Amino acid sequence: MSLVHEIDYGTPASKSEKLVTLTIDGMKVQVPEGTSIMRAAMEVGNQIPKLCATDMLDAFGSCRLCLIEIEGRNGTPASCTTPVAEGIVVKTQTERLKQIRRGVMELYISDHPLDCLTCSANGDCELQDMAGVVGLREVRYGYEGENHIKMGKDESNPYFTYEKSKCIVCNRCVRACEEVQGTFALTISGRGFGSRVSPGMDEEFLSSECVSCGACVQACPTATLNEKAMYDIGTPEHSLVTTCAYCGVGCTFKAEMRGDELVRMVPYKDGKANRGHSCVKGRFAYGYATHKDRILKPMIRSSIHEPWKEVSYEEAIAYAASEFKRIQEKYGRRAVGGITSSRCTNEETYLVQKLIRGAFGNNNVDTCARVCHSPTGYGLSQTYGTSAGTQDFDSVEESDVILVIGANPTDGHPVFGSRMKKRLREGAKLIVIDPRKIDLVRTPHVQADYHLPLRPGTNVAMVTAIAHVIVTEGLVHEDFVRDYCDWDEFQEWAEFVAEERHSPEAIQQYTGVDPALVRGAARLYAKGGNGAIYYGLGVTEHSQGSTTVIGIANLAMATGNIGRNGVGVNPLRGQNNVQGSCDMGSFPHELPGYRHVAEDDTRVLFERDWGVKLDDEPGLRIPNMFDAAVDGTFKGMYVQGEDILQSDPDTRHVSAGLGALECLVVQDLFLNETANYAHVFLPGCSFLEKDGTFTNAERRIQRVRKLMAPKNGYADWEVTIMLAEALGYKMDYQHPSEIMDEIARLTPTFTGVSYAKLEEAGSVQWPCNEKAPEGTPVMHIGGFVRGKGKFMLTEYVPTDERTGPRFPLLLTTGRILSQYNVGAQTRRTENVAWHPEDVLEIHPHDAETRGIRDGDYVRLDSRAGSTSLKAVISERMPTGVVYTTFHHPVTQANVITTDYSDWATNCPEYKVTAVQISPSNGPSPWQENYEAFSRQSRRIAEAAE
Amino acid sequence: MSHSQTHGEAHDAAHGDDAHSHTSTDDRLVYMANQIATFFGSQKHDAAVAGTRDHIAKFWDPRMRARIAELLVSGGEGLKPIAREALEGLARKQ
Ligand code: SF4
Ligand code: SF4
Ligand code: SF4
Ligand code: FES
Repeated sequence: MSLVHEIDYGTPASKSEKLVTLTIDGMKVQVPEGTSIMRAAMEVGNQIPKLCATDMLDAFGSCRLCLIEIEGRNGTPASCTTPVAEGIVVKTQTERLKQIRRGVMELYISDHPLDCLTCSANGDCELQDMAGVVGLREVRYGYEGENHIKMGKDESNPYFTYEKSKCIVCNRCVRACEEVQGTFALTISGRGFGSRVSPGMDEEFLSSECVSCGACVQACPTATLNEKAMYDIGTPEHSLVTTCAYCGVGCTFKAEMRGDELVRMVPYKDGKANRGHSCVKGRFAYGYATHKDRILKPMIRSSIHEPWKEVSYEEAIAYAASEFKRIQEKYGRRAVGGITSSRCTNEETYLVQKLIRGAFGNNNVDTCARVCHSPTGYGLSQTYGTSAGTQDFDSVEESDVILVIGANPTDGHPVFGSRMKKRLREGAKLIVIDPRKIDLVRTPHVQADYHLPLRPGTNVAMVTAIAHVIVTEGLVHEDFVRDYCDWDEFQEWAEFVAEERHSPEAIQQYTGVDPALVRGAARLYAKGGNGAIYYGLGVTEHSQGSTTVIGIANLAMATGNIGRNGVGVNPLRGQNNVQGSCDMGSFPHELPGYRHVAEDDTRVLFERDWGVKLDDEPGLRIPNMFDAAVDGTFKGMYVQGEDILQSDPDTRHVSAGLGALECLVVQDLFLNETANYAHVFLPGCSFLEKDGTFTNAERRIQRVRKLMAPKNGYADWEVTIMLAEALGYKMDYQHPSEIMDEIARLTPTFTGVSYAKLEEAGSVQWPCNEKAPEGTPVMHIGGFVRGKGKFMLTEYVPTDERTGPRFPLLLTTGRILSQYNVGAQTRRTENVAWHPEDVLEIHPHDAETRGIRDGDYVRLDSRAGSTSLKAVISERMPTGVVYTTFHHPVTQANVITTDYSDWATNCPEYKVTAVQISPSNGPSPWQENYEAFSRQSRRIAEAAE
Repeated sequence: MSHSQTHGEAHDAAHGDDAHSHTSTDDRLVYMANQIATFFGSQKHDAAVAGTRDHIAKFWDPRMRARIAELLVSGGEGLKPIAREALEGLARKQ
């Protein structure tokens, strides 16, 4: 194996369809109009020396190394900034050019520390390369003159260093931060010889605006900005392309290794989701895989009050299987079930649901999508006929109006957030519907045209009011509706939304939003060109989550914003493989490919392939499992890679349910909070240690590649096979590719998917079958998957979770950039530098009336429970609304959240909880008791020798 | 090995706070049926009843359906009319 090498063409590709022919060094070249001469030369393998150019960035033309000569033109223009022209004849190497280049290099080198042999970038430095390329053999100026060689290092960022003396002021980092990331954290401070790059106002990286995405590090041609791992480990020698295991953007990386040690993750330019960009999590936060907390040996215990006992895999699996069998004999076939993981691969998820359906003989399988995007699945399948978003990420490049509702892409889906910001800087209009003034509302060079700061829990009223304006002001795209939607259903819907009670003026009493803003936003979305809706958990995690998804789908149909590039309905999926886990049949009512368990034909298909009889009744959803456990009809559970205790709402009810189980098997990297209630612990395997696939928010299936042997001995899919076999159900796979072959065989939207196909195409978006052999980037072109698009009525029903005198504030929850979900991974990395604890954001007015100052410990009470945490006073919050994250178990924000849930899917109402806040001086009794319990529950007995 | 000892132990272990009374599963089932009926309630009567009935048939596990059928037999207290009608239809179908 060697390093995966990607060509740097120097400047970005031109999108023009018109071709231009020119001659470079005697060779004829044909390239799209607008291509730089530098790129055209590289297309024929002719690499012009360069320092300030790289193809992730627009050309800048400052280093003067890339000069060329053009016949009939004077001077030596820079090839990076000079576009091709029909018929020109270019020379890239002449005596004159050689001399100029040597002169330029000599100047750079005379101000550069010549410690190449011990430099962390030795062998990976473009300055070093260029010195060789231009044939620099002596430096006449000497190193004694004025130089920067003694400048210090900024090591504040946990992952990379900034060694000022090595900077050649090429500006690549500054441009990467602006053009690729969109944060504008870097500037060149000083002038002329004294100039240097600096974060913010001469700050350190860590305390600056920098979000540690790594784009500048990647762009830097020297060791000035360099990964710390390059100092510690050395340069890598081989690499494989793999997919990030954090969020639903699905960035791909070149995982660069030395031996079996991971040196760094370099964003893959060919990655179709990320196009060479990354965020701090995927780029840097993989250290959890080797964290000392990771459990590598199986363990069992008969009571959760006993310490864990390390045992062999055989013993742990045999014990788990015998317990599941005992429980089923005593309490019935449906008394056990399991949870698949949206962090594991498609193949692993598929096997867990197969184990539950095939070996347990029931449909009690669910996944964490229950608590995030289950309403998306329901709403979009009802209206359009598929449980997934309609576009690919590239689509945003053609959007004219972007409507973001209940999502915070710059924190939750950072790489897509950067791509969206880029389009906004190019002039697309922006509507934000969110209680909080999220970053997008105002960020460098981006400002929302409309921000509708609605009260939490009023999405349906808002979406219906937008529909009211579209219908009553004659903004409906009637041709589209007549061609592609059910006209009778549309008319019924149009009549409904046109009722005066749905007008922006009438619903102001619920949403609190100025009706003029609502009208303006509705007109812009309907008539501003290509309108695209992006939404997140702020839409789904409500008692009317599914209704809002339906309302959004209605809006896109009514305005004809569906079925082409630049438009669509785009759920921003949370976890890396939440789309995949849903596709793979993780829901209790659906077999893989979203087919109901009661459909006889589908069941027969699976029964034949799997060789077992399948249950035709839907199983329990996660919250129903907890209820049934408390009621005594559900007794055993197999949980792979999810921390339901911390992530699910109403922690006390969850803990009551888990505590009532007679056998809980947890498979995870760490002893997570759920494992406190477990009887069997099976060590999990990280994404670096196994083969498989993830499916991102654009339905894109991408490979996860094994870089090293599983530290715990087995990949997760192998452990599931052992458990199935111990239960008496044979599963015969030698490699995950064989599992994918089975999925393809049984799922109509996957028939064209195979590892060979992924190897060849890099990635593919389902549906991928005979009708779409190369996959489907944009869905519903020329008609909806279900036939006619279905308009549905969306009556606003206020949630029963209400504020009142005892609980006058609304709490809404979410996450931040540097941490991920329950934090099990990110808390075990240096990312804690940015978010050491969960805090409560509160508006200055609400804080003042309660006597709370910035940084005070406060007690947070709801009808469900109480916790305490630090307050941060923030103008981003509207009055009456407070906000926190749930990344840290000590805070246990979900002790506060209630058991209200979406009417259709039971997706919990995380986004609205009535609370009160008061000054406090420490943890709540629940926190203290839980802390003691969890310390006791995590004990591992010393191995008896 | 005795398993009765594990029942509820963690619950007690982690609870020291003043007890929070959750609604029971029965209350939840009635509440959920009413939520579903409310969504379909904006449609025409027959469609609303059919929509509610199909939704429950499609998404509720047998023990949940059996339990709400029992509640219905014993009066179905708290059920909204559409939910009630839908559940009566469901009971007939099974
Ligand atoms: S790491 Fe990213 S955000 Fe920070 S300075 Fe570099 S490009 Fe900008
Ligand atoms: S830090 Fe690197 S990328 Fe930035 S100006 Fe200096 S040499 Fe160029
Ligand atoms: S945006 Fe998401 S997928 Fe991409 S690197 Fe960050 S966490 Fe990973
Ligand atoms: S690479 Fe063209 S001027 Fe620097």
